[in-house]
Amino acid sequence: METFVLFAPLVGAIICGFGWKFIGEIIAQWIATGILFASAILSWVIFLFFDPNAYEGGYYSVSILRWIDSGSLSTDWAIRMDRLTTIMLVVVTTVSSLVHLYSIGYMDHDPQWSENESYKPRFFAYLSFFTFAMLALVTADNLVQMFFGWEGVGVASYLLIGFYFKKPSANAAAIKAFVVNRIGDFGFALGIFSLFFLVDSINLTDIFASTHELAEMQIEFLWTSWSAVELVCFLLFIGAMGKSAQLLLHTWLPDAMEGPTPVSALIHAATMVTAGVFLVCRMSPLMEFAPNATAFITVIGASTAVFAASVGLVQTDIKRVIAYSTCSQLGYMFVAAGVGMYSAAMFHLFTHAFFKAMLFLGAGSVIHAMHHEQDMLNYGGLRKKIPYTFLAMLIGTLAITGVGIPVWMFTINEIPIGFSGFQSKDAIVESAFAAGTSFGFWSLIIAALFTSFYSWRLLFLTFFGQARGDRKVYEHAHESPIMMLIPITILAIGSIFAGVIFYKSYFGHVDQVAKFYGITYVEAIHDETSYDQVSKATTDQDESTFDPHHHDHYIFAGQPGEGALFFGPNNTLLTDAHNVPYWVKTSPFLAMVIGFFVAFWFYILRPELPGQLAHQQRPLYLFLKNKWYFDELYDKLFVKSAFFLGRLFWRKGDSGVIDGTINGVAISFIPLLTRLTGRAQSGYIFTYAFWMVVGIAVLITWMSIGGGQ
Amino acid sequence: MDNLLSITTFIPAIAALILALFLRGDDSSAQRNAKYATLFATLATFLTSLFILTGFDVNDTGFQFVEEGEWLLGLKYKMGVDGISILFVLLTTFIMPLVILASWSVTTRVKEYMIAFLVLETLMLGVFMALDLVLFYLFFEAGLIPMFLIIGIWGGKERIYASFKFFLYTLLGSVLMLIAIIGMYIDAGTTDIEQLLKHSFNFDSFDLLGIQIIGGIQTLLWLAFFASFAVKLPMWPVHTWLPDAHVQAPTAGSVVLASILLKMGGYGFLRFSLPMFPIGSEVMAPVVLWMSAIAIVYTSLVALVQEDIKKLIAYSSVAHMGFVTIGIFAFNQQGIDGAIFQMLSHGFISGALFLCVGVIYDRIHTRAIDAYGGIVNRMPAYALIFMIFSLANVGLPGTSGFIGEFLTLIAVFQVNTWVAVVATTGVIFSAAYALWLYRRIVFGGLMKESLKTISDLSPRERLIFAPLILATITFGVYPAPILDIIGPSVEALVINRENAVSQAMIFNRFVAN
Repeated sequence: METFVLFAPLVGAIICGFGWKFIGEIIAQWIATGILFASAILSWVIFLFFDPNAYEGGYYSVSILRWIDSGSLSTDWAIRMDRLTTIMLVVVTTVSSLVHLYSIGYMDHDPQWSENESYKPRFFAYLSFFTFAMLALVTADNLVQMFFGWEGVGVASYLLIGFYFKKPSANAAAIKAFVVNRIGDFGFALGIFSLFFLVDSINLTDIFASTHELAEMQIEFLWTSWSAVELVCFLLFIGAMGKSAQLLLHTWLPDAMEGPTPVSALIHAATMVTAGVFLVCRMSPLMEFAPNATAFITVIGASTAVFAASVGLVQTDIKRVIAYSTCSQLGYMFVAAGVGMYSAAMFHLFTHAFFKAMLFLGAGSVIHAMHHEQDMLNYGGLRKKIPYTFLAMLIGTLAITGVGIPVWMFTINEIPIGFSGFQSKDAIVESAFAAGTSFGFWSLIIAALFTSFYSWRLLFLTFFGQARGDRKVYEHAHESPIMMLIPITILAIGSIFAGVIFYKSYFGHVDQVAKFYGITYVEAIHDETSYDQVSKATTDQDESTFDPHHHDHYIFAGQPGEGALFFGPNNTLLTDAHNVPYWVKTSPFLAMVIGFFVAFWFYILRPELPGQLAHQQRPLYLFLKNKWYFDELYDKLFVKSAFFLGRLFWRKGDSGVIDGTINGVAISFIPLLTRLTGRAQSGYIFTYAFWMVVGIAVLITWMSIGGGQ
Repeated sequence: MDNLLSITTFIPAIAALILALFLRGDDSSAQRNAKYATLFATLATFLTSLFILTGFDVNDTGFQFVEEGEWLLGLKYKMGVDGISILFVLLTTFIMPLVILASWSVTTRVKEYMIAFLVLETLMLGVFMALDLVLFYLFFEAGLIPMFLIIGIWGGKERIYASFKFFLYTLLGSVLMLIAIIGMYIDAGTTDIEQLLKHSFNFDSFDLLGIQIIGGIQTLLWLAFFASFAVKLPMWPVHTWLPDAHVQAPTAGSVVLASILLKMGGYGFLRFSLPMFPIGSEVMAPVVLWMSAIAIVYTSLVALVQEDIKKLIAYSSVAHMGFVTIGIFAFNQQGIDGAIFQMLSHGFISGALFLCVGVIYDRIHTRAIDAYGGIVNRMPAYALIFMIFSLANVGLPGTSGFIGEFLTLIAVFQVNTWVAVVATTGVIFSAAYALWLYRRIVFGGLMKESLKTISDLSPRERLIFAPLILATITFGVYPAPILDIIGPSVEALVINRENAVSQAMIFNRFVAN
């Protein structure tokens, strides 16, 4: 079954890519879509019926084929099935199948292509190929296979960003995405190398089994000696930064919006960009022993959350706003993973996949309605024209801004009530606070405020007020075809309920989470210190609705590699996060409310205000508008200097120094040679050939006379 | 069959002889006959070489199919293959029919052209099979002659300069290697490679002109061989002949050069430098590792700014050969496995890339990148194939290009993390130059007038690419057939080298003073 889920999209890709000439475009794209739906349904079956506790260590492996075998390095193509894998399977295949279906409508009559060009099969082949690569990534049982998927999704992303290959901007964005990702891969690869050096294996099982030794080891790397586990985690995180567009390696993601919108939804929102978060969670047994590396992850995540959200405040391209929003939400996930609350990171990854994919597909629906106009300044008043899309986008906005009822007010059966982003985002914020990182916590609160503002701003600019753009386009705006609305509807349902339904599994009590992931847990009563901490935390905060409850007496007690996630012996964050003060639990809610009202004031009550503000605070505005000038800086720092060095090496190095020397030798040598032969005009080639023969003849003669047997 | 190796080696030579003696005239039917005869001969060679593969015992790390006999003037003729050489033999026989197919549009001096390639094939096969030092040297050096002629006669405008440069470079290495061979004969009393492999050359340090030579004679012999192999491979900074040679060579010449001839350098390291001069190798390894790491960064950056397609691919070849030397001089199983794999894989990939250049050169007659753009609109099949090989060149996992890079890098990380880090940056640069090239040639709108009538791949061209694609992807997904064949021999090599070095350590003779 797992094997089918994994390979079915590849079959779909091949049918679409090569078989469409025989079966026609329409059938080809429906076959690819159908295959993906089959994969998705099977994934849900696997996800819902998977019981990690039924397997030794909470996982099982399916071996497929030998891969690289060289000395002690031995890797197979193999599937590792554990809870983390099943979560990703569901996320990837669900969004992918819906995006396939959506694309049938969206890509029909794409104005970028002329009538006789068949672009659709290619598009679906890429989409399906991407899905295959992504599944290979998440099912990998060793790091090289993960790297295969990692690079595979990179290629698919490259091909899809550059899908409109006639547009120079699309081509540039595609290359940028691939190369920046390769910088991350550089770190990832070094991480793999160092793990092999340390553990003599790159299979996850072996790596996890040696966690304790790794934690004690030192490694000589470059100029000094490092703690082995810190170095490995740091290097792997560089890879995650590239793939997940975290600060410093984020510049490719906004440009990636050059790709068709369904691609943005699938790759650059829901799945590929979350691979970095997945990687960090996957390596949780190591991360738990690397306090410095994870602190770095937290700082980068928190900074990205604020940075990207701040840029999102002033962008006017609808897709770029959502792209920066994705970047920022990924920052949230990394904060969760960085502080050691991996299940909260996976929770947000899970819910984010629904609402962000939906926002993109909704944006696609708007763009479709507006004849591929993407500037929000030319939108306005679309709510009446495309009411269904408006409703969906509203749900998406409610989800991403985290609308819900604060837990101290009302819960049902201990589950907070709200849209899906509410539970997962609050889970992260509370975890960050419980972990004691005030930088992380406050960054996330500020980011939540920004998120709320730009999300509502997007909604108001697009759907409210007067139509600002081309009157004719506005008049002709129409609701998207049913093929596009069905996926939006399904994702909207997910955006509403995903958080509520899965809250306990991801962020419930220790025993619930432990069962979900297949982690061993024990009662904490035997452990004096942690029991004290728990009881102290609960007695200090009487306001907390989470009265000391029998669930809180459990702590995680798994060994590294047992269960899909690993929580160290001192990691009591899950319990602590539930017991944070109540102002902490309210802060993201307040931030969300403030953001909403500011946006409402700016874009509904006083629409002239934003322009005035931008004018008054021009440097700040330009700074944000130009994305903190990262692109300009990188262009000068890296791109220009790489080309400069290339030219320098070529002109001065190769042509100047090296060839200069050779030619110098040649000038003194050639006359001698030609004098010897006395045939200066005979042409060099035959002369040299002749001399070679002479040389060989001399050798043979010498050998035979001087020393032959 | 007792003399399978000789049969394989000399089928092309015999075919060349037949062509030379019996083919008369230069009309189109004679040309066609020459082409078909050559194609047939190279295919027959390939099929014969498959018998070597089927009869090869993987677990035997010694030489197999050994043939030994007296030769003229008291020299010995000895041939044989082991796990290290057999796949180079197969690479050669596999590539040659494709090269001939790619030469179908040649019209000047077809007979001579075909003879040159057939002779070249024999000489290249001889290099990989020779088990006598002199025999090896003969094949190694003689192989240059047909290559000179191919560049010099069927080459581009500046072919004289290119072949001249090629010659000068090679000459220096050849002379030094010749001296070293003589020295080895004096020391060991034999030129039999099998016996030389068992011979231990003196490695007492001594002073030469006031400089202490650590590793003594071994280091000097190693340096002499290195001079020759480094030029051949080529390694930075003696690589500058390669871009010129590639640019001037006809497509088929470039393919042979990139796919096979360069590999002789790497093969030489594995056959001679490592096993025969283990101490010399040990002493010089850091230098080689750093030269390779510099090569990867330096030539990748240079590739980035090239304006000529062939030059760009040539520079990328130099960078990829950097991984080969890194792997070899990491001295461990993964490194040498990876190096051999990288050489084989580079044989498919760079060969295919030069064929890709040939396809559009045949149509537009220019190698300037500027002259192209947007050809995907007219040549979708070509665009797909070029994309596959560009990505393979970038080392995408799932293609054979990845396995070699990955193994060599993982190997060198265990030896020297600085070198590993510098070399790994190659994955970034290679992506940059390969995709940048691809974009400028293939993507974009079809603006240029000259390209508006360009036609997609012909069936013959598709036929050439098909086996290369198959090999690149098959061995990327399932490299076991290759790694299983080379594994045992490489393991033996690694262990022997380690023993030799650790014994030297025990005697404490090679450590300075």
